[in-house]
Amino acid sequence: MSNRHQDISPEQAAYLRGVRRNKANIFLSQILLLIALLGLWELAATLGWINPFITSQPSGIVKTIVNLYSSGGLFRHVGVTVLETVVGFSLGTALGTLIAVLLWWSESLAKVLDPYLVVLNSLPKVALGPIIIVWIGSGMTAIIVMALLVSVVVTILGVHAGFCQVDPDRIKLLKTFGASKQQILQKAVLPGSIPTIISALKINVGLSWVGVIVGEFLVSKAGLGYLAVYGGQVFRLNLVMTSVIILGVAAAVMYLAVVLLEKLFIRWQQ
Amino acid sequence: MGAKPLVQVKEIVMKYHSPEGETTALENISLDVFQGQFISIVGPSGCGKSTLLNIIAGLAKPTLGIVTINGRPVEGVSASVGYMPQTDQLFEWRTIWKNVILGLEVQNKLTAETRESVRMLLERYGLWEFRNSFPRQLSGGMRQRAALIRTLAIDPEILLLDEAFSALDYQTRLVVSDEVKGIISREGKTAILVTHDISEAISMSDHVVVLTKRPGTIKSIHKIVLTCPEHTPIKCREAPEFRDYFNRIWKELDIHVQ
Repeated sequence: MSNRHQDISPEQAAYLRGVRRNKANIFLSQILLLIALLGLWELAATLGWINPFITSQPSGIVKTIVNLYSSGGLFRHVGVTVLETVVGFSLGTALGTLIAVLLWWSESLAKVLDPYLVVLNSLPKVALGPIIIVWIGSGMTAIIVMALLVSVVVTILGVHAGFCQVDPDRIKLLKTFGASKQQILQKAVLPGSIPTIISALKINVGLSWVGVIVGEFLVSKAGLGYLAVYGGQVFRLNLVMTSVIILGVAAAVMYLAVVLLEKLFIRWQQ
Repeated sequence: MGAKPLVQVKEIVMKYHSPEGETTALENISLDVFQGQFISIVGPSGCGKSTLLNIIAGLAKPTLGIVTINGRPVEGVSASVGYMPQTDQLFEWRTIWKNVILGLEVQNKLTAETRESVRMLLERYGLWEFRNSFPRQLSGGMRQRAALIRTLAIDPEILLLDEAFSALDYQTRLVVSDEVKGIISREGKTAILVTHDISEAISMSDHVVVLTKRPGTIKSIHKIVLTCPEHTPIKCREAPEFRDYFNRIWKELDIHVQ
């Protein structure tokens, strides 16, 4: 594009300027909205329009973050939760893909398991929380299992559906070359389904956060979910809000990381 | 012809079973294809054209009857058959080179010798410089050529083309069928083309086999002789006999549509 700068007509240049200005305006408005909301919240709490004991307030949240940071707890809590989530969605995606491969391999297995998967998929997985605690105990493993359970069934269904969408002509072509089932999987089905697997990964990031936070609500001594629940119990709303805000940032960062991974992968693929 | 046919289809019957009942797709099909021939099979949709191709390819087992290639009965897929599907089916994540060696890779036949013959095919048909390109970077016609080279790479004796040009737009289709026909005759291959396009069938083949609608039987076989010195499908469409063949085959198909 840049080497064609000299070819740009005045109209095109004006149009591009307009597009850029529009983008800048939207970004500016987004920042202003954030500042306005935070300002109003702070003002309302300071002037006593709302009760900061119940609603918390931005300055209180900043203080809480600073305290957490200086006591060394900030990174510990964030680290624990992020670790649980990453392990949870990675395992969920890997295990789900593996089971999807088995279902693709054996059509009769897929048919037999179909109603079970449908029920498991509609079941709210967090309801399994108490069972997990009883079976696995109340450590980090239980929380990771929770995160895995939330994402694994969706992955199986999505990735298996992706496998089944591979063009039958493509499989027929490989068969005329004398390809074995394993070769068909290796040469056509798996590489062709990589976009499906990555989009499953994207969904699983969000789902694993749900699993991890619910897990931390139920059993844990560290993590952002634990902080939020603890803060609620001792009525320190600043702590609750702080955990929620850090959680939001962490979740967004992780989602962006997966999107980046996807972009890198697609570039590599091309 | 005194020579033995390369492909012999003998009294094939194909029945499909479904909860709704039994369907006879093909009824008593017999057909001889000789070395170097280009045969087209036309027929109304659902007449079992593709089923017949699947049986010859060894992908489907007929209910009755037998297919032999070089006198040997077809049991499962064999390396002497090359198959071209409706769309080029190039794998978009593989380069053209990796695509055209796919068959050799699957058959574990990648040697210096086979690589060299694939290289020669790519060079001969103008794709060598695109060996590191990805399929999406090529035009529809070039992709089809790459797909043909992928089939030729395993050095089959007979090529089965299953509506092989139907996904292309009309102009590309004319050019590609011209190219494909040229490449197949130059490489001395035998081909069976299944198509619903009568013009394509007449312009490309030595014989056109007309199938009836389900259950498919052979209605007639037309030997095509066109006055066309260039012998390319596009030019052959202008041959004086073309219309006549077209009308005859058209009528035969029409009767069975009603």
